[in-house]
Amino acid sequence: MNADVQGLKFYREMLKIRRFEERSAELYGEMKIRGFLHLSVGQEAIAVGVMPALSKEDSVVSAYREHGHAIARGVPIESIMAEMFGKVGGCSHGHGGSMHLFHQPSRFYGGSAIVGGGLPIATGLALAEKMKWKQTVSACFFGEGAMAEGVFHESMNLAALWKLPVLFLCENNGYAMGTSIDRELSRTDLVQKAQSYGVAAVQVDGMDVFSVAQESKQAAAYVRSGEGPFFIEFKTYRFRAHSMYDPELYRSKAEVDAWKKRDPLKLLEQRLKGSGVFTDDQRIQMEKEVDAEIEAAVQFAEASPLEPVADLMKNVTRERSKDDNR
Amino acid sequence: MTTDKLRMTYREGLRQGLRDALRKDANVFLMGEDVGRYGGSYAISREFLAEFGPDRIRDTPLSESAFLGAGIGAALGGARPIVEIMTVNFSLLALDQIINNAASLLHMSGGQFNVPLVIRIGTGAGRQLAAQHSHSFEGWYAHIPGIRILTPATVEDARGMIAAALLEPNPVLIFEHVMLLSTEAEVDERPPHVDIDFAKVRKEGRDLSLITYGGSLPKTLEAAGVLEKSGVSAEVLDLRTLRPLDDASIIKTIQKTGRGVIIDEGWRSGSLSSEISARISEQCFSALKAPIVRICTKEVPIPYPRHLEAAALPSVKEIVDAGLYLMGKHVRV
Repeated sequence: MNADVQGLKFYREMLKIRRFEERSAELYGEMKIRGFLHLSVGQEAIAVGVMPALSKEDSVVSAYREHGHAIARGVPIESIMAEMFGKVGGCSHGHGGSMHLFHQPSRFYGGSAIVGGGLPIATGLALAEKMKWKQTVSACFFGEGAMAEGVFHESMNLAALWKLPVLFLCENNGYAMGTSIDRELSRTDLVQKAQSYGVAAVQVDGMDVFSVAQESKQAAAYVRSGEGPFFIEFKTYRFRAHSMYDPELYRSKAEVDAWKKRDPLKLLEQRLKGSGVFTDDQRIQMEKEVDAEIEAAVQFAEASPLEPVADLMKNVTRERSKDDNR
Repeated sequence: MTTDKLRMTYREGLRQGLRDALRKDANVFLMGEDVGRYGGSYAISREFLAEFGPDRIRDTPLSESAFLGAGIGAALGGARPIVEIMTVNFSLLALDQIINNAASLLHMSGGQFNVPLVIRIGTGAGRQLAAQHSHSFEGWYAHIPGIRILTPATVEDARGMIAAALLEPNPVLIFEHVMLLSTEAEVDERPPHVDIDFAKVRKEGRDLSLITYGGSLPKTLEAAGVLEKSGVSAEVLDLRTLRPLDDASIIKTIQKTGRGVIIDEGWRSGSLSSEISARISEQCFSALKAPIVRICTKEVPIPYPRHLEAAALPSVKEIVDAGLYLMGKHVRV
């Protein structure tokens, strides 16, 4: 695909995530969405840039700021919206909410709200695939905050020791909730931490979707070839609050504004305009189309029924059956 | 048709059950600390590495959270992992993965992702291993929806529960009591079929019901023998599965005898014995001729010296005294 065509595709996808999340925040204000809602506004280039490197057979494990990952992976947006409404039409049947998006057809394994909790699961998915001699990749998103968790170190060690096909994708947005990285980690060189386990690692500009895409593609090819795990640190920034309840006492407006100059959507818009393939009219048209898609998702969520209380106890355990006798 | 009988230890039963599972299904693999070259800390997987190779008998680093979580991931990915956790206290290092992921994923994902994972855990006191290697958390795990808890107490169950656990589409925790490993019994040569949905009456009786599981079963059977000599006919019910509890078997024995003693190696407060006692009150209060008596581990971290460790644990004497007391034989309990 030619770079301009690819760029326009990227733009639309990033725009969809941005608008989806902005709309979600409004719906939160309207009490349609409840619980915790963590937005990734500012970090869209990572989800959108990584996914083209993955195939349908690959698996994706994420954390709790994962709307963008799910959308970019192809989880139907109406099912994500319905999930946040707690409706049966949700991708997790309404049982998970914003933090627990699951979608078997996309091999999207959530959706974990325990920081670092998905890392060993991604490692185990990779183990199963490797034992079946499949050349698939197990991609795992997490934030730099997870790198203070013991399970991060356990999982890196295990994946490296057994040369498992795990793509470790660290979105370093500088803050573990409200604690900045220099107040959390004694050493802030994340690439070096990964390398200390013998894991190949690079740092990438997470605001430039083309850099994300290029490095992810190479990293996925490395993992797929059986060389073992790969670690990417994406430098990025969260433009909005940690969740809906965050007065942002821990950072200055000046800092946020400085990062907003590197808004991944604006950077890409400038680039595409520079190449002469994108105009303001086209952008406005694209926004209209994306908004219509999101409104359709909201309508779907509104119309989707609530699960009957009688079904509360369903799926606590699965019934034994011959199908499961594997 | 007659089948030949064999004498076998509980350890050998576990070993054969595991070996049969590994032979039967190439998708099954075992991982845990020192399960391979060392042969398992309790020698349960000795010689497995030579037979099945390092891909299926995986020595792990000392990373309980990661290898338990990797077991969950591998199960999600279509493999059939069996994870061994050396000692129940170490399972606490993997508790996040067991509860937040293994037990929750199916419901949280709206029924999409079940976790067919078997977790084997050495449990219990009696080897003077002190306060970080001797506890009994199986009743505590039985609090958690989404997982099944098995506590093999006999050689036959030790041998047959692995196969039964591998038929479950959900996470199954098997608690193997370390004091049972050397117990011996005569068993059929053919591997048994073990039905993990039901408790089992190990001794019939008329006067009172001794309800127990796992490592306390031999003590309870011994106590039932002593009671018999005092003219008290005690029925012994082995729960076998702590979650889901087989309420029907518990109620049936209480309705038969009207008296119950629960023997539980866990601590008393908020224990499995509390739960069973409550269910009896809820479901067959009118059948009771006397209050339920509970014999549990004293509420201390298990101490090292032999005499204190023994004093902390449920004893044959306590069970006998409880039985006599319930029969009005004026013994203080």
